[in-house]
Amino acid sequence: MAEHIVESIYRFLPEIALTVTLVAAIVADLILKERNRNVAWVVLGGLAVTAVLVLRQIGWSESIFSDMIAVDPFAVFFKVVLLVAGLFIVLFSMKSRELEHNATRIGEYYMLLTGVIFGMFLMVGATNLLLMYLAFELTSISSYVLAGFTKSLRKSAEASMKYIIFGAISSGFLIYGISLLVGITGATDIYGVRDALQGGVEQQMALHIATIMIIVGFSYKITVVPFHFWAPDVYHGAPVTITTFLATASKIAGFAMMIRFFKISYVESGSVVASGSWELVEGVQWNVILAILAALTIMAANLMALWQENIKRLLAFSSIAHAGFILMGLVLLSDEGISAMMIYMAIYLFMNMGAFYVVMLVSNKLDTEWISDYEGLGHRSPFLGVAMAIFLVALAGFPPTAGFIAKVYIFGATINAGWIWLVAVAGLATVISLYYYVRVVRNMFLVDPAESDGPVILDSGSMTILVLLLIPVLLLGVYFSPIVEWAKHSVTMFGM
Amino acid sequence: MEFQIFGIGILTWIVFLPIVGMLIVLLLPNEQKNAIRWTAATVTGLQLVLAVVVTMIFDRTALGINDSNSFQFVEQFRWIVVEAVPWVGKIEIMYFMGIDGLSVLMVLLTALISVIGVISSWNIEKMVKGYFALYLLLVTGMMGVFVALDFFLFFIFWEVMLLPMYFLIGIWGGARREYAAIKFFIYTFVGGVLMLLVMLALYFSVAYTNEAGEQIHTFNLLHMMNAANYVEGSILYGLDTTWRYVAWLALFISFAIKVPLFPFHTWLPDAHVEAPTPISVILAGVLLKLGTYGMLRVLFPILPDATIFFMYLMASLGMISIIYGALCAMAQQDFKKLIAYSSISHMGIVMLGMAALNTQGTVGAVLQMFNHGTITAMLFLIVGVLYDRTSKRGVYDFGGIANQMPKYTGIAMVAMFAALGLPGLSGFVSELFSFLGAFDSFRWITIISVTGIVLTAAYILWTVQRVFLGSLSDVHKTLPDLTGRELLMFIPLAIIVIFLGVYPAPAIELMNASLSHLVDFVNGGMP
Repeated sequence: MAEHIVESIYRFLPEIALTVTLVAAIVADLILKERNRNVAWVVLGGLAVTAVLVLRQIGWSESIFSDMIAVDPFAVFFKVVLLVAGLFIVLFSMKSRELEHNATRIGEYYMLLTGVIFGMFLMVGATNLLLMYLAFELTSISSYVLAGFTKSLRKSAEASMKYIIFGAISSGFLIYGISLLVGITGATDIYGVRDALQGGVEQQMALHIATIMIIVGFSYKITVVPFHFWAPDVYHGAPVTITTFLATASKIAGFAMMIRFFKISYVESGSVVASGSWELVEGVQWNVILAILAALTIMAANLMALWQENIKRLLAFSSIAHAGFILMGLVLLSDEGISAMMIYMAIYLFMNMGAFYVVMLVSNKLDTEWISDYEGLGHRSPFLGVAMAIFLVALAGFPPTAGFIAKVYIFGATINAGWIWLVAVAGLATVISLYYYVRVVRNMFLVDPAESDGPVILDSGSMTILVLLLIPVLLLGVYFSPIVEWAKHSVTMFGM
Repeated sequence: MEFQIFGIGILTWIVFLPIVGMLIVLLLPNEQKNAIRWTAATVTGLQLVLAVVVTMIFDRTALGINDSNSFQFVEQFRWIVVEAVPWVGKIEIMYFMGIDGLSVLMVLLTALISVIGVISSWNIEKMVKGYFALYLLLVTGMMGVFVALDFFLFFIFWEVMLLPMYFLIGIWGGARREYAAIKFFIYTFVGGVLMLLVMLALYFSVAYTNEAGEQIHTFNLLHMMNAANYVEGSILYGLDTTWRYVAWLALFISFAIKVPLFPFHTWLPDAHVEAPTPISVILAGVLLKLGTYGMLRVLFPILPDATIFFMYLMASLGMISIIYGALCAMAQQDFKKLIAYSSISHMGIVMLGMAALNTQGTVGAVLQMFNHGTITAMLFLIVGVLYDRTSKRGVYDFGGIANQMPKYTGIAMVAMFAALGLPGLSGFVSELFSFLGAFDSFRWITIISVTGIVLTAAYILWTVQRVFLGSLSDVHKTLPDLTGRELLMFIPLAIIVIFLGVYPAPAIELMNASLSHLVDFVNGGMP
């Protein structure tokens, strides 16, 4: 037993490094006092150390702490993606002007950010229902505070309040579903749940209710229509850095947890490894529910995005729509679908972050989030305009950007699995999405700037961050074997 | 046949030279307008030289189409390779280019029109750097589509064209440019999404077996043409299945939007009217051909069973386009819009000729693609010349130009009468072939379509009468005749139009072998 614990701790090092970073951030905040902006460097250093530790885990497939957490290729993939997101968010935050509204407490901001990343690390690895719920709550509660970080701004306080209320409801659904499931199956870890479900359970009705409750709980986190309505308001009100984090990392972690939960507990074991397509345990057609939710999300979010005048709200609806596209992969019940989701999420991370970063820079410089104020931006700052245009067409799925590859894989997997109606809906929605992305591009380039508007000059730091985001968006569009290879090999989960 | 320069194949040079030019243009300072223009001219000029070289040494007897050994100037490298995992096989995407009798003339046409477009763009003063950078990117996209033999590559080039085109119309266009640009963008993007879905369905249906005995899914167009490569039980397996018909329709619509064929044509008049002259030239000269080329390269040989099934649909849409385009052209008062509608009418002839699925009709269609490219490019340039001088382009705004601008009128007559189909000029030959071929296959449809010729004659003659004949109004008495730069863009086109009218054999010889093979292949179904 002691050996097992020592072994487990060894395999838990990245999370431990994050915890140390968190403590270090608090201490640094106390020491640095007025110069507490520099806490960011402590966090950056901590994340870098964590990254090294995570990269050492490549190829591992273990279960630690008595089947609490899995350290497997699947988890490592998401940990890397989340760390990339975390690193960029810290960089963004260092450039943010908005956060200065609460500058005295900026140390706490970085500390909370580290806490969220820690929670997400647990989410992607958790294999025990209780730990899943705890991890879910850890990320959620820290996020509530972060969303309201600039609390002196009314919209930020409002965002935080809304987030708490809706978040609490979603947690309620999730914990209720989990407790029913535990009651039905008598197990708290997902392997036990699977074994019980394969044996067949008597309380079919309860099982259905539990499944739906859990789907609803997850749906809030990954913003699936009709459980998305908190997202536009929260994304709009929160500081841009946190909006970016919620729209990318938070969603990705939610998806990771959802995939693991469904793939392990609701699928006939043994059916997976050989053929790559899964057979469901008897009685629960959860993938049909997800298919309908995905189609609904894709259509509704894209249509609602058409009417947005605020760029953050536009990107909020766009990120809801993307959640719908990603969700398609889980419907297919195949490893191909999962790998397509992973490819999509990794690429989505870069393009969405890029778009939000431009939004942040524009609001730093021009103090506006209205799409109409983007008029002539392409002439006032060609680099910023071109970068934004590239991120937006990537989000629309245009070749030769990475966004196209993401769409190719998810559409391809869906066609191959025979869900033609779903892919037809997705195709239609893609056309609709083009319109609202291009509307921003139109404002930037097709409208001449007013006489009074001077050029917008960027500092070299911001330019570098933009270039760092542009490189993967463009490079993965023309040479995507690395990400595809990696995603395909990362589908493997412990216990399958 | 191979032809390399510095170890890089000639087709890669032809396709990517403009990208090199684009990078140079981007590095030049904004103020160096002439340096930017000359860079674009040099790059497209070199491209034209290479294209001429390709045409000269092209082997006219090689078949191409579905036979990978007889493609010429082939370049084939593995681009994306994803090794197999237990649940999904190996994935290969090829950088695969080559040309045959179907594409050789299109490559030449694209290079030619690109150079002429640059010359015609010389007097653009607004954001010169951005203009030429986008222009050169557009040229790469167009050229790439004509030489790509891997569906993935084909699709990427196909979509790469859209964004530059959107900006070129949207920034440098006329009064309603934004509307026209977004309309063009959305229409063609719809086509793109449909094509993407069919492409993916084909990808999952087709797998070839390599030397090592592995089954490999592929985007290779030639493998998709081979019935033996379709995986049993896959969505597009078999012949004359519902899914194959659905796939055919989706792909057909995506190409028909580009042609544009009635009823997918409504973007075209707007785009043409609002686009600046050089972009109209590119649009009419090359872009519209991508649609019909795509049908011959992708749609016909990959889904021959459905092609035969939908033969009459294609012919009917061709017929409607011919008549409807001509009638609309007749009603226009805007010279540019008139030519835009005449384009729809003339591309209808291409469609009709192709739908006949016999050698005569197909040869006529491809020749008509080339001829329409040169003739309509001239017509748009002709409108552009008047618009540059007077900022007007209403048919009724002019009169008696013939006396004031004799050189201009001479050139204009060549183009107008070629569009009308006057024997001795290039349009006649290709229209004749198309109609003859179509008459073999569909009697009544062709008979009705031919009345389009009469309508064409009517609107062309009326236009000639209104613009060039009659009395000259006082405001136009100072109009200067063509400048040297303008003559430079007209004369090569005029020579080609007259030469191919008198002696079309060289052009026909280039494509005859490939197109006969294509027709046999489609009619034979899959062997």
